[in-house]
Amino acid sequence: MVNTTPLWEVFIRPRNGLAHKHVGSLHAADEVMALQAARDVYTRRGEGNSVWVVPSAAVTASDPDQAGENFEPTGEKIYRHPTFYEIPEEVGNM
Amino acid sequence: MYSQGLIGADGRTDETPEFLEAFQQRIDAEDKIEPNDAMPEGYRRTLVRQIGQHAHSEIVGMLPEGNWITRAPSLRRKAALLAKVQDEGGHGLYLYSAAETLGVSREQMTEELHSGKAKYSSIFNYPTLSWADIGTIGWLVDGAAIMNQIPLCRCSFGPYARAMIRVCKEESFHQRQGYEIIMTLAQGTDAQKEMAQDSLNRWWWPALMMFGPHDGDSEHSDQSMKWKIKRFTNDELRQKFIDATVPQAEYLGLKIPDPELKWNEEKGGYDHGEIDWNEFWSVVKGNGRMNRDRIKARRAAWDNGAWVREAATAHAEKRRARKMAAE
Amino acid sequence: MAVYNALLELADDHLVLGHRISEWCGHAPMLEEDLAMPNMALDLIGTSRTLYERAGQLEGKGQSEDDLAYLRGERDYRNCLLVERPNEDFAHTMLRQLYFAAFMHPYWVAAQQSSDEVVQGVAGKAQKEMAYHIRHAGEWVIRLGDGTEESAARMRDAVEALSIYVDELFDSSLAAQEAEAAGVLPSRADMRAEWDKTIAQVFDEALLAFPEVPFAQSGGREGLHDEGLGHMLAEMQSVYRAHPGARW
Repeated sequence: MVNTTPLWEVFIRPRNGLAHKHVGSLHAADEVMALQAARDVYTRRGEGNSVWVVPSAAVTASDPDQAGENFEPTGEKIYRHPTFYEIPEEVGNM
Repeated sequence: MYSQGLIGADGRTDETPEFLEAFQQRIDAEDKIEPNDAMPEGYRRTLVRQIGQHAHSEIVGMLPEGNWITRAPSLRRKAALLAKVQDEGGHGLYLYSAAETLGVSREQMTEELHSGKAKYSSIFNYPTLSWADIGTIGWLVDGAAIMNQIPLCRCSFGPYARAMIRVCKEESFHQRQGYEIIMTLAQGTDAQKEMAQDSLNRWWWPALMMFGPHDGDSEHSDQSMKWKIKRFTNDELRQKFIDATVPQAEYLGLKIPDPELKWNEEKGGYDHGEIDWNEFWSVVKGNGRMNRDRIKARRAAWDNGAWVREAATAHAEKRRARKMAAE
Repeated sequence: MAVYNALLELADDHLVLGHRISEWCGHAPMLEEDLAMPNMALDLIGTSRTLYERAGQLEGKGQSEDDLAYLRGERDYRNCLLVERPNEDFAHTMLRQLYFAAFMHPYWVAAQQSSDEVVQGVAGKAQKEMAYHIRHAGEWVIRLGDGTEESAARMRDAVEALSIYVDELFDSSLAAQEAEAAGVLPSRADMRAEWDKTIAQVFDEALLAFPEVPFAQSGGREGLHDEGLGHMLAEMQSVYRAHPGARW
């Protein structure tokens, strides 16, 4: 049996005002080491000023087989977009 | 760095023609495939093998260059080389992570490397014998790697393509670092010039071999092209590399060790001599000068580190237990 | 000349330790650590370069950082003994790092008041680096000390082996005393309380005890080293010395 070290997902905020963004993953035995590893692996070129690590096992993902029923019905609801509505040009920007 | 034209990939699939057709349509439409998507078993297998080979190449590639970190002849060079070898480790890490999205663990891949089941780029089975080799590796080996890796940024498998984008961004300093080393030597003392030429003599042919066998002899290359795991053939990339590198060598006043090398106006590229494919296959099969030492070094690092990894795991369990008890 | 010598002591500490850590590159217990250790080595080598350059300027004989690093032999190196100790295993390496960083962190904090602008500049950067080294090495010491039976035994061995080199950190050579009196560098002895506190915190979690040290080793500041340093320098300087005057 191979001893496996847990996998973590790494998120980095490039600078204040932006959201944390997924940048990759790594292995670490616990959260403290995961955070240090994330710093050492993913911020060597000034990529950010804040790091999150999340156990990969904690991520719940949608099923690609359900992608149709999940995400396609929204396609026809074009009235949710501003361009659906016609406003005369004289009114100006709206 | 780079995993050469895939060796021994097996792209066979058992899926229905309809499924394969629908999958191919997605690929043709430049739709990226993500880890949880349905994919032909052969596609998955090919990727696991290719990304694994690529990752192993990065990790094994740390060794020949690491051989000179402690002897780098200036503190500036020492820092740059250390940062570069560290980058290779990072690239290995990104790539292992990409392969892991396909359901194979890093530990599994590591065991396959150590057992000799998994391959890595044969270039790293050559020894680094002088400081100039550090320059040549950066210039030629990373140069060849870039030729291969840039198209891989558009690979059809999302995690691989994303890893490659990161790798390419970081790698841009590697080749320049290498060329600068060689340039300094080529403009230096006679002994330094000789060192540079000797190094080019030894690495030129192995660098050309990095692109893998001729297209006609490359098994499963067609399938990889069709699936857009690969975007150019081995020979196309090799030609691009030669055309780009020859003028760089001329600028340095170094001679490429190929008497048949000649500009061909008609094809707009260089003609070159034949690669010694016996040597190539012999190294791939494990008979290169450094094959045994490389694997031995990797295995030693892994085995000697086992107690550290076990301690980290044991400590994590204790922390968890204490936290639960405290709640 | 005293300040020159005192800066060399500091620079040598950083280069020798950075070199030692760099020996791990490609051979770490896990890939993540193969990324972490070069970061530490690069911090240390970077600091040594600035200090060598400054020392060379103050000396005024045109010696570059590389001349100072590559052309002095083991009797001329002025590093403390702790940093030249061989890597042995990961436990030794992390403990050596913790001991050194726990000293250097308060040292650089204090050195921000230096009368020398270059030292001030290094201090600002290096104190942050050392704070991270304390955290990284410290977390490992905790995990190994309170991990498995084997790791705990190895950690205790490391404590046993390295603790005799600790006192030397706090001794100021004559050159250092002059530099301290001139306000260029802080007094080494002043760092002891902070060092004890840092180590006590880590050792408490790591289930380790700092041993009685009946006889502390010293001599590095006079160039009286262990046998390993000569080999390290022979390797490090081999290419540079084989080609006198060459540019790299």
